[in-house]
Amino acid sequence: MGFVKASMAGTVWKVLVNAGEEVKEGQDVVILESMKMEIPIVAEEAGIVKQILAAEGDFINVDDDLIEIE
Amino acid sequence: MEQNKHQLFVESALKGGHKKYHEKNASQGKLFVRERLNLLFDEGLQAEDGLFANILAGDLPADGVVTGIGKINGRTVCVMANDSTVKAGSWGSRTVEKIIRIQETAEKLGAPLLYLVDSAGARITDQLEMFPGRRGAGRIFYNQIKLSGRVPQICLLFGPSAAGGAYIPAFCDIVVMVEGNASMYLGSPRMAEMVIGEKVDLETMGGAKMHCSTSGCGDVLAKTEQEAIEYARKYLAYFPDNFKQKPAIAEPKIPAAFEKTLQEIIPENQNVSFNMYDLINRIIDEDSFCEVKKLFAAEIITGLARINGQSVGIIANQPRVKGGVLFADSADKAAKFISLCDAFHIPLLFLADVPGFMIGSQVEKMGIIRHGAKMIYAMSEATVPKITVIVRKAYGAGLYAMAGPAFEPDVCIALTGAQIAVMGPEAAVNAVYANKIAELPPDEQGAFIVEKRNEFREDIDIYRLASELIIDEVIEANDLRAVLEKRFEVYKSKEVKFADRKHGVSPV
Repeated sequence: MGFVKASMAGTVWKVLVNAGEEVKEGQDVVILESMKMEIPIVAEEAGIVKQILAAEGDFINVDDDLIEIE
Repeated sequence: MEQNKHQLFVESALKGGHKKYHEKNASQGKLFVRERLNLLFDEGLQAEDGLFANILAGDLPADGVVTGIGKINGRTVCVMANDSTVKAGSWGSRTVEKIIRIQETAEKLGAPLLYLVDSAGARITDQLEMFPGRRGAGRIFYNQIKLSGRVPQICLLFGPSAAGGAYIPAFCDIVVMVEGNASMYLGSPRMAEMVIGEKVDLETMGGAKMHCSTSGCGDVLAKTEQEAIEYARKYLAYFPDNFKQKPAIAEPKIPAAFEKTLQEIIPENQNVSFNMYDLINRIIDEDSFCEVKKLFAAEIITGLARINGQSVGIIANQPRVKGGVLFADSADKAAKFISLCDAFHIPLLFLADVPGFMIGSQVEKMGIIRHGAKMIYAMSEATVPKITVIVRKAYGAGLYAMAGPAFEPDVCIALTGAQIAVMGPEAAVNAVYANKIAELPPDEQGAFIVEKRNEFREDIDIYRLASELIIDEVIEANDLRAVLEKRFEVYKSKEVKFADRKHGVSPV
């Protein structure tokens, strides 16, 4: 259905969901670390996590895909 | 006979365009222009001008625009409202003249002016009469700019505002767009395909959602026309009729009740996010928040609210979104909001929890320094009462942009856990001791870093800053509402002039 994207550049600090898991709209799914802050990234729509596209520790850029939801 | 002619003219002018256009509008959830005005005003239009404009043409009732004066919550307000059942609300020479005249009326009366826009733009066949001249369409924008900061100007966008017409919303204080129907664009998708070969649909090109969340040209996204009109009526209550007056005081209310106190919701760890709306709702009069640009640059929150009945403009960092870091768009959003409040004597409340401005090549290319400068400029120039609260942290230029001590806030208050510094402890230790840390044996590095971070924290201890008179007051979070009530009350009589000059050179 869609991808959860990084709202800003940073490092993936924690991935909070697993593939196959159900997520709600507005749920925190990833926490980035950027500018010394923990940045929660939320799912913009409800669905099932199809795949995780970023590993903890990865450097990511703004708009990079983090999680695919279907 | 004459009486019949008069009645026929009145009836035809009042009923708008052909039935099929009324039906088409209704199928899109669009109300007829006169129904919109009935919803907007307490008791409909009190005075209408130019009802007979272009009446002899036969098919151009009121020349496609209704102009007049009505009352909103008892206050006199001027309005221009396109009638999209008449040639798609397009502008002929009399349409333009009517709009110009109601602008002149708003100036003379010192009354707010609302633009209810639903227009396909210029009638190209009439261009010589309505486009280039002294009282052509350009004068509408000139007048808007002249009225800017004199009276509130509000745009409700119910349909398209195309090409030149797209500048009406651009020069208003605030633009409310109805989702699915409202759009703004300079060139239509058809024109884009012809001229630059781009294939794009109208929603993507200039739809309400896009403008309210991405471009920032729209301020408020409404689901229906009724919702848009309701917002305008609510918004106006925070403003005076014109810049010579002050906003009216509403009936004071206590903040909404919550299970958890402010102290309990603010995390001690500076790096952990929390939801700034939870703080705002605990310090403002219940149900008094009227947010502006909610969907755009959500890392900063801007909105009107009431504290003890008094109208205030809130600028707050939102740690939940992008860590509350300032970006080009957030600075731009704050700059316009600050300037809006200052123009109409609405005191400002800055709630700072900001790690600084974003860094990196991407934001530098976007001109983050230039956009940040706009915010700092607007905030400095603002002469209304300014209260700054350091909620948790204010690092680097973030402290400056959020009305830090150097920028003449009437008071800079810190909550007990607040930190003010050039940067956070982790970054600072790294910046100062990077070489030293690298020289140390690996097993000693950790302890060294912890020691230096603790030294840094002691150095920026909030009581040390208060002792040095950098901070004017340190308070417990739970006392914030009471302190703000008293402070805004005592600053009511503030009157200052920023600088004597023609005008500054704003870094736009």
